[in-house]
Amino acid sequence: MALKPSFSTEISNLLYAAHGSPINSCIQCGTCSGTCPVANYMDQSPRRLIGMINADLKDDVIDCNTYWFCASCYHCTVRCPADIDIAGVMYAVKRYSIWHKTYGEDLVGPQFSEAFVKTIVRSGRSYEPLLAPSYMTHFGPKEFFQEVVTASKMMLKGRIPVLPPRIKRLDNFKNMIRKIIPLGESS
Amino acid sequence: MKKFAYFPGCSLEKMASSYHKSALETTEVFDIKLQELDDWNCCGATTYFHVDQLLAYTLVARNLALAEKEGLDLVAPCSACYKNAYFTNEYVKEDPDLAEHINFALEEDDLQFNGNIEVHHLIDVFVNDVGVGKLKEQVKNPLKGLKIAPYYGCQIVRPRKNGEDVEDPQYFEDIISAMGAEPANFPERLRCCGGSLIMTSRVAALDMVRILLQSAENNGAHVIATACPLCQVNLECYQATVNEEFGTDFKMPILYFTQLLGLALGISPKKLGIGIELVSATPIFSKLLPKEVK
Ligand code: SF4
Ligand code: SF4
Ligand code: SF4
Ligand code: SF4
Repeated sequence: MALKPSFSTEISNLLYAAHGSPINSCIQCGTCSGTCPVANYMDQSPRRLIGMINADLKDDVIDCNTYWFCASCYHCTVRCPADIDIAGVMYAVKRYSIWHKTYGEDLVGPQFSEAFVKTIVRSGRSYEPLLAPSYMTHFGPKEFFQEVVTASKMMLKGRIPVLPPRIKRLDNFKNMIRKIIPLGESS
Repeated sequence: MKKFAYFPGCSLEKMASSYHKSALETTEVFDIKLQELDDWNCCGATTYFHVDQLLAYTLVARNLALAEKEGLDLVAPCSACYKNAYFTNEYVKEDPDLAEHINFALEEDDLQFNGNIEVHHLIDVFVNDVGVGKLKEQVKNPLKGLKIAPYYGCQIVRPRKNGEDVEDPQYFEDIISAMGAEPANFPERLRCCGGSLIMTSRVAALDMVRILLQSAENNGAHVIATACPLCQVNLECYQATVNEEFGTDFKMPILYFTQLLGLALGISPKKLGIGIELVSATPIFSKLLPKEVK
């Protein structure tokens, strides 16, 4: 049997090489958690998440909401004394969980991302009304109503497009994408 | 005349049409032409990076290649688009392997990208290509008495791009002073608005928006100026929801810096797309009217 890579190695391999220093150089100083504007809403703070990855606690890492609650604001990244791109690590764990389909059912983030990417792959442009179902179906009645009100107000001011936009050279565009990832369906 | 390839991004087509209009109007005053890229594609904000990194870079590179073909540097008014374009450009320059993979895919659209262009945010054009001094010379209606909170948000400043000051930038304040207005002290000016968490993690995002509005209000700002369509929508369109959730009573107008600059340059509000706000901007005008302006 070949040697299996550890979870921390797998995550490191998902990081683009030009970004910052290796995750295992973390000194657990907590600067990232202290800086993070979303930390209060995360199951595990960014510092703990990095520590958990380094300890190969794969299940605990995947199970927490931390990486899907990361807003990619890079505040932690620019302040980390060990020069770790923490926001980049969050992306890596997101990709890991999308590929392995291991994210929690109740999380909206992954479904929104998938809907967004699908819209763009199909038309070359994003289109808000096609994306809305991916997150609105997760809303309770009150949030759903608030969202409908906000959208209607924007619609009235002409701020939501009526027809989905698309690029002109769509066939070339799709072929370009096919060279990188399989497109699935018949698209 | 100076010419740039202009990448409006998806949100500017409708949701942020006022940013689009005011960007074109204000640059024109300084003899700068923003020539829209033909057949650009959505750069994917952050979501492509959740799925596949190479795909993300390739989709951004297609737009860069379109600009390079025209021989023009790229300007993006959306902070997220700007960040994506800036770093894809840098990585292609420094990583031949990445460039090769991207170009292999771009062939399908008869394109190629060699990293021979520069990428700027729209606000950079005013700061660096026009310059604060020139800006000031063209101001016809100084916005005296108006206190403007400069909202940088995240991605214009972060991650760090060639040596910029990520902890205490001042260029937004300088532009506001050039308009004749007063930059409000705004301690949370670099704090994230939540971005797409407004869709995916609503409770967290609304709280983040609340903190920003509170900080601006506490410091006596009459309006928050933004340089990103996503920030604008979060702060403005979700203000009513914030008020409902937190029992607050914010009525903070949120305008693009180009709209405020346009007013100072003497451009009519209509041409700047003023009037399609969900939070009325009229209180700003009553602040300005008593003076000899207009
Ligand atoms: S700021 Fe950097 S070094 Fe400090 S805990 Fe966070 S990741 Fe580790
Ligand atoms: S990038 Fe993510 S983890 Fe880092 S401070 Fe911002 S929200 Fe927090
Ligand atoms: S960052 Fe947002 S607005 Fe800009 S092109 Fe990408 S998806 Fe569209
Ligand atoms: S401030 Fe908000 S919209 Fe602007 S870049 Fe940050 S998350 Fe995106």
